[in-house]
Amino acid sequence: MLRLLQIEFIKLWNNRASKILIFSYFILICCIALISVIKFPFGEGIRLADLGIFNFPYIWHLNTFIASLLKLFFAIVIVSMISNEYSNKTIKQNLIDGLSKKEFLKSKLSMVFAFSIISTLFVFLVTLILGLIYSDYNQPSIIFSDLYYLLSYFIKIFAFFSFCIFLGIWVKRSAFALGFLILWYIMENLGIRFLVWWLFGQKSSESVMPFLPLESMANLIKEPFTRFNAVQSVAQQIGENFTKDYSTHWYEFLIVLVWTALFIYLSYALLKKRDL
Amino acid sequence: METILTVNHLTKKFGYLTAVKDLSFTIEKGNVYGILGPNGSGKSTTLGIILNVVNRTSGDFSWFDGNTSTHEALKKVGAIIERPNFYPYMTAIQNLKLVCKIKEVPDTKIQEKLELVGLWDRRNSKFKTYSLGMKQRLAIASALLNDPEILILDEPTNGLDPQGIHQIREIIKQIASQGTTILLASHLLDEVEKVCSHVVILRKGENLYSGPVESMLASHGFFELRCSDLDKLKELLEKNASFGKIENFNGTLTAYLKEEMDAESLNKMLFEKGIVLSHLVKRKESLEEQFLTLTKNN
Repeated sequence: MLRLLQIEFIKLWNNRASKILIFSYFILICCIALISVIKFPFGEGIRLADLGIFNFPYIWHLNTFIASLLKLFFAIVIVSMISNEYSNKTIKQNLIDGLSKKEFLKSKLSMVFAFSIISTLFVFLVTLILGLIYSDYNQPSIIFSDLYYLLSYFIKIFAFFSFCIFLGIWVKRSAFALGFLILWYIMENLGIRFLVWWLFGQKSSESVMPFLPLESMANLIKEPFTRFNAVQSVAQQIGENFTKDYSTHWYEFLIVLVWTALFIYLSYALLKKRDL
Repeated sequence: METILTVNHLTKKFGYLTAVKDLSFTIEKGNVYGILGPNGSGKSTTLGIILNVVNRTSGDFSWFDGNTSTHEALKKVGAIIERPNFYPYMTAIQNLKLVCKIKEVPDTKIQEKLELVGLWDRRNSKFKTYSLGMKQRLAIASALLNDPEILILDEPTNGLDPQGIHQIREIIKQIASQGTTILLASHLLDEVEKVCSHVVILRKGENLYSGPVESMLASHGFFELRCSDLDKLKELLEKNASFGKIENFNGTLTAYLKEEMDAESLNKMLFEKGIVLSHLVKRKESLEEQFLTLTKNN
């Protein structure tokens, strides 16, 4: 396994473009900390940090949500790391040199797995530091509650990256694969959502959506903004009441894990079936 | 003799097209094999199948003793297929290090192999800056990194200039002289004739012949003769039962033998009959002529 990871590392690390993108991705994660300096120009200026958005344990939810938006950026690295193998025909050379198709996929997957872990660690550290600086509650029991958001984050990005691997192998061209990713997103959110709505009504649309790949990944970390105290009190004043379930259920994990397994299996089946 | 590769009734179909049809042959250690065939005869497809990049439709093949999986076996094989494929943004050294990792061999041989193909001075240049000849030589260095049991080359001199072709041939000869088994696919027959001891001839995916080069055609060769009185010579030869077809071309008679006869006895016989030759050569058909005969009529 270490050998496969090393092989992938040589390929990525010597490519300047992907090196820059990888660095930028992790720097962007650190940039989440910059939210703390946002000031609203009311009166003397209210800092966002002073409103309590960095309070434990809410901050775990907020930061994992924001960090997971950056995954789209990393998708570029993954898709191009797959499709370059096709356009340079190096996948053919790798196989001739004695890598099996299974090992080829494994080396890509283990790289993606490693990046997901590192990314999760980064989010953990950035969040912990931000929280320790700004949070109103600093008891360990509060700090380390709701840590399951990190698990959700990890599964969410790993599933998404597996989807990217599948798209890269399927489409073989990085630009088209990324285009297809966006097209897929539109298809899920406009196509299927409204098609089902139109045919069978809103209820069935709402019950179908959680089973779609990108929507199910999004469901692992629900949007955190309406959960925020300040937003809720404002909403109550104007007579709106958010009663939303923000927690993640076991079956939501299960759906994502099934999709992940399916993407990995389909990638392997495609690799195996195709002549190069 | 030790068997390196056995191919049994291999068939590959691309839709309606049958690229390889019921192909069988074996490769023994120490020989230099040529796979010959016109363009599109299934040479590259056959190599693609045994190298794990093309799926077979039916039949099978086995490497070495038949107990190793294909991808494990390929670690003991060196192969170059069509164009050299490397990571364009990586240097020669970085590319070869990657190959060492894949083949699970230590990267101590990189310098030796780069020197063999004359690329050591350019070791730190990116692959994309190389000329085609250099790329092809790097591919050979890469194929030799594991000191392979067998070296497989598919059209190694395709698209190269005369110097490049010469360099590659010299390298191949050098490797062959060290006793490495070589499988060379080509449609350049003089190339194959110069280095190969055995040939497999394909046409439209079918095996026309496989075996040693010498016994390819059951032919006894022919004489090229010249003298002052060609008509008399022709008349004499036509009466002799040892000769078949006799052609006159630009003042040279070409007489094809039906049975074995050496040049000395022909010379003696003609002299006794009063004909003095000014030119006498005994030749076998070149590989090219034999190849054309084989692929034309079947």
